[in-house]
Amino acid sequence: MGLIDEAVDAFENEVNNLKLNIKDTVEAMDYEYSGSLYDTVLTTKLGKVVGWAQKNALWPATFGLACCAIEMMAMANSRWDAARFGAEVFRASPRQADLMIVSGRVSQKMAPILKQIYDQMPEPKWVISMGACASCGGVFNNYSIVQGVDRVVPVDVYVPGCPPGPEALLYGVIKLQEKIMMEAGTDKAKKRVA
Amino acid sequence: MSITEQGLLQRDKDTMTLNMGPQHPSTHGVFRVILEMDGEVVKTAEPEIGYLHTGIEKTSENKRYVHVIPMTDRLDYLNPPGNNLAFCLSTEKLLGVEIPDRANALRVIMCELSRIASHLVWLGTHALDIGAMTVFLYCWREREMVLDLNEEISGVRMMTSYIRIGGVAKDATQPWLKGIQDFIDYFPEKVDEYERLLTKNPIWLDRTEGVGAFTREEAINWSLSGPALRASGVNWDIRKSQPYSGYENYDFEIPVQNNGDIFDRYRVRIEEMRQSRSIIQQALKQLPKGEYKAPDNKVSLPPRQTLHTSMEALIHHFKLVSEGISVPKGETYVPIEGARGEVGFYIVSDGTNVPARVKLRAPSFMAIPGMCKMMEGCYIADVVGIIGSIDIVMGEVDR
Repeated sequence: MGLIDEAVDAFENEVNNLKLNIKDTVEAMDYEYSGSLYDTVLTTKLGKVVGWAQKNALWPATFGLACCAIEMMAMANSRWDAARFGAEVFRASPRQADLMIVSGRVSQKMAPILKQIYDQMPEPKWVISMGACASCGGVFNNYSIVQGVDRVVPVDVYVPGCPPGPEALLYGVIKLQEKIMMEAGTDKAKKRVA
Repeated sequence: MSITEQGLLQRDKDTMTLNMGPQHPSTHGVFRVILEMDGEVVKTAEPEIGYLHTGIEKTSENKRYVHVIPMTDRLDYLNPPGNNLAFCLSTEKLLGVEIPDRANALRVIMCELSRIASHLVWLGTHALDIGAMTVFLYCWREREMVLDLNEEISGVRMMTSYIRIGGVAKDATQPWLKGIQDFIDYFPEKVDEYERLLTKNPIWLDRTEGVGAFTREEAINWSLSGPALRASGVNWDIRKSQPYSGYENYDFEIPVQNNGDIFDRYRVRIEEMRQSRSIIQQALKQLPKGEYKAPDNKVSLPPRQTLHTSMEALIHHFKLVSEGISVPKGETYVPIEGARGEVGFYIVSDGTNVPARVKLRAPSFMAIPGMCKMMEGCYIADVVGIIGSIDIVMGEVDR
């Protein structure tokens, strides 16, 4: 077989792979396709495409509060590698972030600041409440800790644990991605940017 | 109170007030410092703390002694076994319990592993603040190994609560000891690797040498402890000066440097990691056989199998589980050398099963005024380096 034949074969293989990839992606996006146009034309809703893009590029704000922040750092590191899910770009400024991971206990003194940082984040934005303290106050049922961060900001995903391991947090991120995809194109998603 | 309400933005003077924190990636938690700037130079630095106030000391007054231990984990969350140990030693002193040798050795192994893990987080984040990203990834690679060992013995990666009043929670298993041996065999060359990245790196040297320097007298006067104090030339380590848990049986050195700047604090901690490794090696080698908790049934639970045969064991078990340990009346304080310096719990007991008062002596809290003093006269860019070099943990500052 000549060099040209090999090249043609390789090219055809690549085209086939591409088709398969498109098929997978498109099925995941729940799109509608019609018969023979299947190989070349995609039809989907704009909202779905937007949701698909958003869920794969979550930018968390570096908002470490307490012990959970250490596990959040572990999640971003090479072993757990949040980059696999597109959630590794931690941003120090809330203006550049769309995911707030509330990692740790929120004191009465910190609550207004947390709310301010949440308000500074551009729409659409999501909140993961990481750990027992952020979700419900945990063992610290006392005068100083806000008994659940959902009293201050709306929470999308709660991750249990004290502290939750990086794998638990990653599962929370995946659940959030599912939620974004589910909401994509619906009125709920539109409200988020309104 | 917002900045405007506090009058921080008034421009009636030549200096500028700059707010840093509490949400800042380089303040290692929720530390806030208000800097008065003259151009790029810091004139005064005023700390503001309390953003992570958890009320742990107050809550402890309503919890039994055993139940306080998991809360001590969450004070200095980078070095939980150190806090457990400090609390247990104070309680044990009031109780007058004798700790078996094996338990002491296991405590030492756990604390030193935790010191290594804590210093790895410090090195990673400190280097990241100054701009070296790779070190961060390398340090976490080794830290994960320590966390795996923690998980194997206690079921939790970070908050082990492994050290209990009267001993430790569970006897060491053979695979765990093997895992530690593997880790300490592997670890030294990794420390060399961090040093290769940083120690002679000109950028690192420019950012650290001569910055935030404290003389011997200043370090003592501002009540620094731990590595920050030893970097200023004071050879003071509680493991040597007031040995506890059998530290007198191990042969190790206390690294001391003389300049007291960020670079020397870095040198001290790097060397401490090597010394910790050597202590673990010795503890593994001479690990005594025997009990892993005090055989006193008033303090530690009787062995499970005796419950079916011994009436007394059953009663003790019931009393300990339903009522907890009753500690004799008295006050005590036992300091230990944590990863950040002197940690100790001042415990007041009124003779019941809950402490009347628990007060923590936290090294990070004591270091904050000194740290702000160091910032004065420095450039704004060095502030993050100074905060990183003191290695504060807001959990134990605000508690």
